[in-house]
Amino acid sequence: MRGKNLVAVLVTALAFAWPVAVPAAPEIESDVVEATLDNGLTVLVLEDRRAPVVANMVWYRVGSADEHSGVTGISHMLEHMMFRGSEQYEPGEFSRIVSRLGGRENAFTGRDYTGYFQVIGRDHWETVMAMEAERMQHLRLQEDEFRPELNVVKEERRLRVEDQPNSLLREHVMATAFFNHPYGNPVIGWMSDIEAYTLEDNQAWYDRYYHPNNAVVVVVGDVDAERVIDAAREHFGDIPAGELADAKPRAETPQKGERRITVEAPAELPYLMMGWKAPVLNSVADPVDAYALMVAAGILDSGEASRFAREIVRGEELAGATSARYSPFSRLDDLFLIAAVPTADTDVGTLEAALLEQVERLKDEPVSDRELERVQARVIASEVYQRDSVRSQAFQLGMLQTIGVGWQEGERFVERVRAVTAEDVQRVVREYLVPQRRTVGILDPQPLDSEAPPDPGAVQPYGDTAGGV
Amino acid sequence: MMRAGWLTALVWLLALALPAQAVEIEEWETDEGLRVLYVAAPDLPMFDLRLTFDGGASRDGDQGGLASLTSSALRHGTAEMDSDQLAERFESVGAQFSTNSLRDMAIVSLRSLTEPDWMDAALETLTTVLGAPAFPEADFDRARRQALQGLQRERQDPGSVATRRFYELMYGDHPYGNWPGGERETLEALEPANARAFYERFYTTGNGALAITGGLSREEAEAVAARISAALPQGPAAEPLPAVELPGELVEERVDFPSEQAHIHMGAPTLRRGDADHYALTLANHAFGGGGFTSRLFQEIRSARGLAYSVSSRLQPMAVEGPFRIGMQTAVDQADDAVAALREELARWHAEGIDADELEASRENVVNSFPLSLASNSDIVGLLSMIAFYDLSLDYLERYIERMEAVELDDLNARLRERINPDAMVTVIVGGQE
Repeated sequence: MRGKNLVAVLVTALAFAWPVAVPAAPEIESDVVEATLDNGLTVLVLEDRRAPVVANMVWYRVGSADEHSGVTGISHMLEHMMFRGSEQYEPGEFSRIVSRLGGRENAFTGRDYTGYFQVIGRDHWETVMAMEAERMQHLRLQEDEFRPELNVVKEERRLRVEDQPNSLLREHVMATAFFNHPYGNPVIGWMSDIEAYTLEDNQAWYDRYYHPNNAVVVVVGDVDAERVIDAAREHFGDIPAGELADAKPRAETPQKGERRITVEAPAELPYLMMGWKAPVLNSVADPVDAYALMVAAGILDSGEASRFAREIVRGEELAGATSARYSPFSRLDDLFLIAAVPTADTDVGTLEAALLEQVERLKDEPVSDRELERVQARVIASEVYQRDSVRSQAFQLGMLQTIGVGWQEGERFVERVRAVTAEDVQRVVREYLVPQRRTVGILDPQPLDSEAPPDPGAVQPYGDTAGGV
Repeated sequence: MMRAGWLTALVWLLALALPAQAVEIEEWETDEGLRVLYVAAPDLPMFDLRLTFDGGASRDGDQGGLASLTSSALRHGTAEMDSDQLAERFESVGAQFSTNSLRDMAIVSLRSLTEPDWMDAALETLTTVLGAPAFPEADFDRARRQALQGLQRERQDPGSVATRRFYELMYGDHPYGNWPGGERETLEALEPANARAFYERFYTTGNGALAITGGLSREEAEAVAARISAALPQGPAAEPLPAVELPGELVEERVDFPSEQAHIHMGAPTLRRGDADHYALTLANHAFGGGGFTSRLFQEIRSARGLAYSVSSRLQPMAVEGPFRIGMQTAVDQADDAVAALREELARWHAEGIDADELEASRENVVNSFPLSLASNSDIVGLLSMIAFYDLSLDYLERYIERMEAVELDDLNARLRERINPDAMVTVIVGGQE
């Protein structure tokens, strides 16, 4: 069982990891079983028998990064339609079957992928696998199912974006940072594009991308790997491969200086977001560059002991909340993002200067061993904690495989993070976190009540989020 | 950025169930009287522990926000260890420490690896802060300012505005009617000494429970529990909360808000933890709005009419009557239609009940999803805490399925008619302008 092997290796590594520096982690023997069917379908299986449950996922290599203007968000719309009927299952029937089997199901759309999953008792994984195979080839798109679902998606956009001032800012920052690179478009799509979708748009998208040679099946849990691969061959094996057009590069046109925008929206609190264009694991010559950027984000903001929490939130108290985020894992180049909410008596300019000062410090002086070790410890521990969930293990395999990095990168993750030195962090921050790569967005709050602008000191009797348990 | 899937906003009914292969719960009491529930889960080199105290926001009295600020203050360290050092000690060994406060309970959680040096460092830090929190004034003042900013953040969110008003109207003067985050006036009046007193009164061995699971043997778990228990103040259990006065009539309130969607909440105080009607009502609610994609509300309001992305109902049993609540959001110009549709579904459900097919489908889901609810250490520690905090019987999990199997349709519909009253519900609609 791979779970145990890896854990054993991690624990051995832990003994050396801190407080002494260590050599790279030993070679890990993986228990992921990979198979490629004749039609090009990739199947990944990981046995994990801690509990009698199984996560079954199908990933398609299509997301908003594949969309062109006029149909932004169509990958997400199609994801919704996948629940509204196929040749064998009438609308809603798929979900009724999963429910009676005691499964939990859902789907997700990202920039690089669209995925469907069920978590279900060990006796039922093959039933849902067969159902996934059926909707890979026999989706029935119908106008009277499409019309109400289109309204559902509009409501989803209102809920997630239109009425969320911070989400609005993020959407505007991405759109400003990227002119022609597809990450400039929101995954859910622009509202006017959503309103104009047709049934034919959905059909075209399905016909173009939903093929076995554009998909990855991932099964993690209380299963026998060989049986899963046999079952995948039985259920998916006869689906013909499709023609896959090469994606256009759509590399972002070079940025010629810093970009800056303001978003005005009804809100109480300002919000500041800065993003620097940065390469990802797929595009760097040496993987250490991508991991060094990730460590840099971790030094700034991962946990309460990191620099933003210590110095910006607690020390100078310039922000109520901060974040720094960079992921090496996407199909295309992305942003290194920093965001923060200023405290009541801090103006946004002061906060921006303080955050930038932290970035400059990363360029001026190497980070301490202690900070590097803290980030490493968190990564090592998280690798173990992630194994608590079959779903998150399946997600990692599917995501790495779908974006083109390969699932094996997960096995190297700890070793890669450990290999990052203080000099690497300094070098990549100097190279990439520069003004010519930067886009700054500021949320400028407008009164919530247009007749009586709110007194920042006043409290209205509103605002619960918590409930009892 | 990953966009979460289309059911994310719906709340899955927590199927409180136990796989046939059974998770064995062990129980003991420490020398100081702290109740401990433990499940061995040796497969991974990690463990989770969760302390719960009867010291949530329902114990705030007229000091709104006190439970929440006391909970935050546990992250401010001790006389010898400030908040920076506290965070450093946990994070340098990869441990995850968190404190939280809900209406019913205060929660302190730790997740750590079982690698001996790292585990010991994490436990040492935990017991030090649990036993001697310092409540430093500067940190307390900052936490207060963050709480005040939290109130502002909620005010810009129509969903938060709606939830807050919903609780106020449902519970009136009852402690559940208070906003756990407090009010500006109450927050400004709080002193570190108030938090210290709250901690000494409620964070005690007699008023708490400890749940442990993961790669610790029974002996190791006992040693961990003993260390924690010895560090905590000793004291009695809190007095029971006052009973909830159930609403007698229909209340509906609209609140203007400059949003595209109206946020609609509908419901009433309904159920305590341990109530025998829990099983019947859970199945009834599963069919109505708790069962995700297959529920009536999802089918009628979302799939057939496209009125909402998220629409669901849930039962939230608490120490005293927790709410039955329906929630949805819809474009403001459809709000009236949506409320009418919800009322119609609610009235039909109440008057006619559910049918035999719906009962069987719901029951199959609840029974078959059983293994999922105990599949991870996170799941297990959450259930152990729930059982311990609400003082449920240790065979609660073991008998859950048979109790679900025992529910009969006629009885279910009778319980539904008695316990859910559509004519005495609170409705709050936030969004749009009158």
